[in-house]
Amino acid sequence: MSAGTPASPLAIHATGIVKAFPGVVANDHVDFDLRTGEVHALLGENGAGKSTLMNILAGLYSPDAGEIRVNGQPVSFRSPRDAIAAGIGMVHQHFALVPSQTVTENVLLGLDRPRFRLDLRRHDEEVRELALSVGLRIDPRARIWQLSVGEQQRVETLKLLHRGARILIMDEPTAVLAPHEIDELFTTLRAMTAAGRSVVFISHKLGEVLAIADRITVMRRGHVTAAGIPAAGATMDELARQMVGRTVLERITRTEREPGDVVLEVRGVEADNDRGVPALRGASLQVRSGEIVGVAAVAGNGQAELAGVVTGLRACRGTVRVSGEDIANRSPVVAIRRGVGHVPEDRNLVGSAPNLSLVDNAMMKRYRDRPIASGLLIDEDAARGLAERLKDGYQVAAPSVDSEARLLSGGNLQRLILGREMETSPRLLVAVQPTRGLDVGAIERVHQLLLDLRTAGAAILLISEELDELFALADRIDVMYEGRVVGSFPPDPALVHEIGLHMTGGAAAA
Amino acid sequence: MDLTLVLAAGIGLGTVLLFAAVGEIFAERAGVLNLGVEGMMLIGAVTAFSTAIATGNPWLGIVLAMLAGGALSLLHAIVTIHLRADQVISGLALTFLGTGLARVLGEGLSSAGSVALLPRLTVPVLSSVPVIGPIFFRDQSVMAYIGYLLVPAAWLWINRTRPGLHLRAVGERPSAADAQGIDVVRTRYAYVLVGGLLAGLAGATITLAISPGWFGDLTVGGRGWIAIGLVIFAQWSPIRAAIGAYLFGAIFRLILDIQGLGSILGAPNPFGAGRSTTFFLEMLPYLFVILVVVAGSRGALRRRLGAPAALGRPYVRGERGD
Amino acid sequence: MIVSLEPRVAAPRWLAPAAVVAAVIAALVSGGIVIAIAGGDPIRSYAHIFVAAFGSIGVVSDTLVKATPLILTGLACAVAFRMRLWNIGAEGQFLMGAWGASAVVLLPILPAGTPGPVLIPAMVVAGALAGAAWALAPGILRARLGVNEIITSLMLNYVALFWVQYWVFGPWSEGGFQQTRPFPPEAWLPRLTDFAAGNPMLGGLTVHLGLVFGLIAAALLWVVLERGRWGYELRLTGDSPAAARYAGINIGRTIVVVFLVSGALAGIAGMSEVSGVVHRLQDRISPGYGYTAIIIAYLARFGPFRVVVAAILFGALILAGREIQPSGVPAMIQGFVLFALIVAEVLVKYRVRIGRPAASTA
Repeated sequence: MSAGTPASPLAIHATGIVKAFPGVVANDHVDFDLRTGEVHALLGENGAGKSTLMNILAGLYSPDAGEIRVNGQPVSFRSPRDAIAAGIGMVHQHFALVPSQTVTENVLLGLDRPRFRLDLRRHDEEVRELALSVGLRIDPRARIWQLSVGEQQRVETLKLLHRGARILIMDEPTAVLAPHEIDELFTTLRAMTAAGRSVVFISHKLGEVLAIADRITVMRRGHVTAAGIPAAGATMDELARQMVGRTVLERITRTEREPGDVVLEVRGVEADNDRGVPALRGASLQVRSGEIVGVAAVAGNGQAELAGVVTGLRACRGTVRVSGEDIANRSPVVAIRRGVGHVPEDRNLVGSAPNLSLVDNAMMKRYRDRPIASGLLIDEDAARGLAERLKDGYQVAAPSVDSEARLLSGGNLQRLILGREMETSPRLLVAVQPTRGLDVGAIERVHQLLLDLRTAGAAILLISEELDELFALADRIDVMYEGRVVGSFPPDPALVHEIGLHMTGGAAAA
Repeated sequence: MDLTLVLAAGIGLGTVLLFAAVGEIFAERAGVLNLGVEGMMLIGAVTAFSTAIATGNPWLGIVLAMLAGGALSLLHAIVTIHLRADQVISGLALTFLGTGLARVLGEGLSSAGSVALLPRLTVPVLSSVPVIGPIFFRDQSVMAYIGYLLVPAAWLWINRTRPGLHLRAVGERPSAADAQGIDVVRTRYAYVLVGGLLAGLAGATITLAISPGWFGDLTVGGRGWIAIGLVIFAQWSPIRAAIGAYLFGAIFRLILDIQGLGSILGAPNPFGAGRSTTFFLEMLPYLFVILVVVAGSRGALRRRLGAPAALGRPYVRGERGD
Repeated sequence: MIVSLEPRVAAPRWLAPAAVVAAVIAALVSGGIVIAIAGGDPIRSYAHIFVAAFGSIGVVSDTLVKATPLILTGLACAVAFRMRLWNIGAEGQFLMGAWGASAVVLLPILPAGTPGPVLIPAMVVAGALAGAAWALAPGILRARLGVNEIITSLMLNYVALFWVQYWVFGPWSEGGFQQTRPFPPEAWLPRLTDFAAGNPMLGGLTVHLGLVFGLIAAALLWVVLERGRWGYELRLTGDSPAAARYAGINIGRTIVVVFLVSGALAGIAGMSEVSGVVHRLQDRISPGYGYTAIIIAYLARFGPFRVVVAAILFGALILAGREIQPSGVPAMIQGFVLFALIVAEVLVKYRVRIGRPAASTA
């Protein structure tokens, strides 16, 4: 590794950074330094203030107080443009790419050069050469929507390099990557630091941080709890304690339970994705009552479409049996009546109607039936009663049941949705990325609710990109690759590499 | 009936649609749907006509018409871009406002008499090219020639220049454009304004070049809406918009010609101007718009090309105010 | 200067109605400025409008007559707009409703001399069906192929206009004029003045049964939209189609049904106009009721009873506006009203801050 020596000048030296938002001090007198040529990991939970700090360094926010020096010079950024002019660029979790444009067009976006006329052929060549120089595999003429998430991340990196970034800030870059893509990313990062660039690597995954970082800074609740400690010699336990302030083990109770009858049986299902490209190509799996089956897959391998097919939202060919009845290709309402609950991936627009009240959101699945329905009308009192019950029973923090759903935080909204689905006593629950973007406490409660539902005898299909979540909850992990289930594993963390191999299609080749 | 003459006359009518449609393409490419084209065209038409009458200078009429259309479009821009109001309803409001204002301003204009029109030109060499020459380059209004120049210019601007790259980014993924330092608000204002200027020009073209006179709302008679339909048909490409516009121009012209015929194939013309059946002919362009909009929507579906992804949605930057 | 908008967490209850009133006042002021620039006297124009619309029981009755088609078309738009379906074809659906009702009388579908109690319901049904049929195409195209309903419904307005012109200039023309022969009295909706024999106070009052149709429709819609399952489905679909699909709602079918209901309401408006006011079909039967309806629906924030109130205000504007010069003033004021409403709505939803905005949490 090319660890920077203490003698080399500091690429970034930030001292006493303060940034407050209404109701929360995101950075409370934070110090941070980055040496030239190192990978410096910034570790912390969601909401610890890592992203705020990095957004300040990248020019997106201006700090309320504090000083930033880049290569020894004090700087004051008013926009990301100023930051990139000083050589600092940030790859955000949500990519800022235009899907309909090519890689080259995205790289050129916002630059002062070319002044007016675009000679794409010439610029394609430029981009190709730049990519080769740091070992990034990318076709300059490909359109963004055609690329995998990992490739899109490379385009973001390329954009920054093209703008002359010497310091790269990567915000949870591995969250969207498959294991083999992570390896590739690490290789690229090492190549870049070897060439004298510096990298800040934001993460909340301890294993990764220990694998790639030269030094580690840990943040918790707006403060630095460990400043620039060498990665060599750091231990997971110690980092975890500094990150969370207590043991990281989730306090969830899980009862042993024998699975019952088969509730969901998917056999030979084929379906297209939204672009009309085949996404499921003969997928088959089973879920029994009282059992959580986890689906592990890299984004875009058909797991989203699988959820759509089972919940009746997506057309397909093949068999989808719920408690014996084939509901494939019927309609969402058939699935609902058959007892299929659904916690959708997009909780803001699919799982809830943002501008409607909690009352309206609470009855989404039940407004057709008594007691909410009373003939063709809706019984107001019953509807309010249901909303109150969900609000109290699932700790949904909201001023009242008349509040609009958009005003709920992610955790509260997710509990409302989960509660609504659980209140229908589903035979089968399809949960897709149920904890994405939630903080640790909220994740714990969602996990407990899922386990309670399992205890109550429901079958649960849990689709998640967080392998740790699958290990914690699932009774069995089915791995999907290119629209098929390619392997089934017990939830043993020791099998992570085996599972990763299957997720990336490596098992077939090996 | 000489088909060449029909097509040549269709160019004039098509030019009106072309200006309005290209203007709307610019606005929509930037992510702003402006349904007020009809109103902006009416304002342009009445401004141009009354200016030409008052000053005898049609060119001044053109300039003021564009400014009037532009001014109305800025109202839409303020309401939708800054205040983030619904673009559909604001566009409808613009149509009402433009129609009402045009009626107020056009009071008494219908009996105003003759007006100095824009010149017509024949291009020396090009007009003698077989087929193409007589259709495109013989005795056309100067506005038609401006239209010929506008189409490739618009296409090149959108697809082969830096501002065009930024325009597309703003309409597709404003957050990405913003992150690269492109001023989304300013870009949208600029292209909504371009749409208004061109709609004003389209209106002026009607009253000062194609069918001189002021006939109240009927002066534009739904052509603003047809232009919006053409944008969907054109899938946001100026070149396809031009094809559609000239096609519609020819259809409008053909209908006029058929109505004027005394007989067809020796039999009395069943759709002659004096007969009530002539109204079926009048319906055709509007039915045809529905047809091309359906075709455009299906084509977009099949080729997985849609409207600019951010069309109709206000842009709100995550953290900082505008 | 930095202007920014921040969402209001909870708007006070009085804010929305206050904003609507403020919007109407702002529109009147803007219109007044234009009238003044055009050389008129705004105060006198407005005073004239008020007296001409509400000055006596007779003109109040006339105002209500003008409001009747606006109530029904306004409801037509409100139903569709609730689901964010922009049916701006109420004008064409109104014309087709008028045509359909006329066809019952003129095509001799029912034998001559059919009594009113049979004839009039038949005309209502025919008007509703014709209006619904006219709304069906935009509905199906939108539901099945995702075709923009604004363009299709609007284009059909022009087609309906020419369709009516064909009949009144052609087959149904009375002596070459642009109108049909008058309907027999059995085909007339009863008016208050028809009962003047029993009560002389009612003499000359032209308010007709169509107003009752409008009020019944408003009441029914209120129950269905505010208290019914269907209204809930519309709300949900309007706010988030994806959530509606997730809740098991068949969106395509809902779209088509909404268009049918919307078209039928506008069609009944057309029936009411030919049967209650004009007593024949003629060219230019609508001064743009279907377009004004869009503003009414918006002004009423899609509430059925509020539509009735807004329709009466606009009925007054149209009635009195015919007499003031220049003639474009009512249309212009409508445009200003709509713009002012849009701005008002934004101000209800957001708090405007001028100066350095307070940042929100990331």
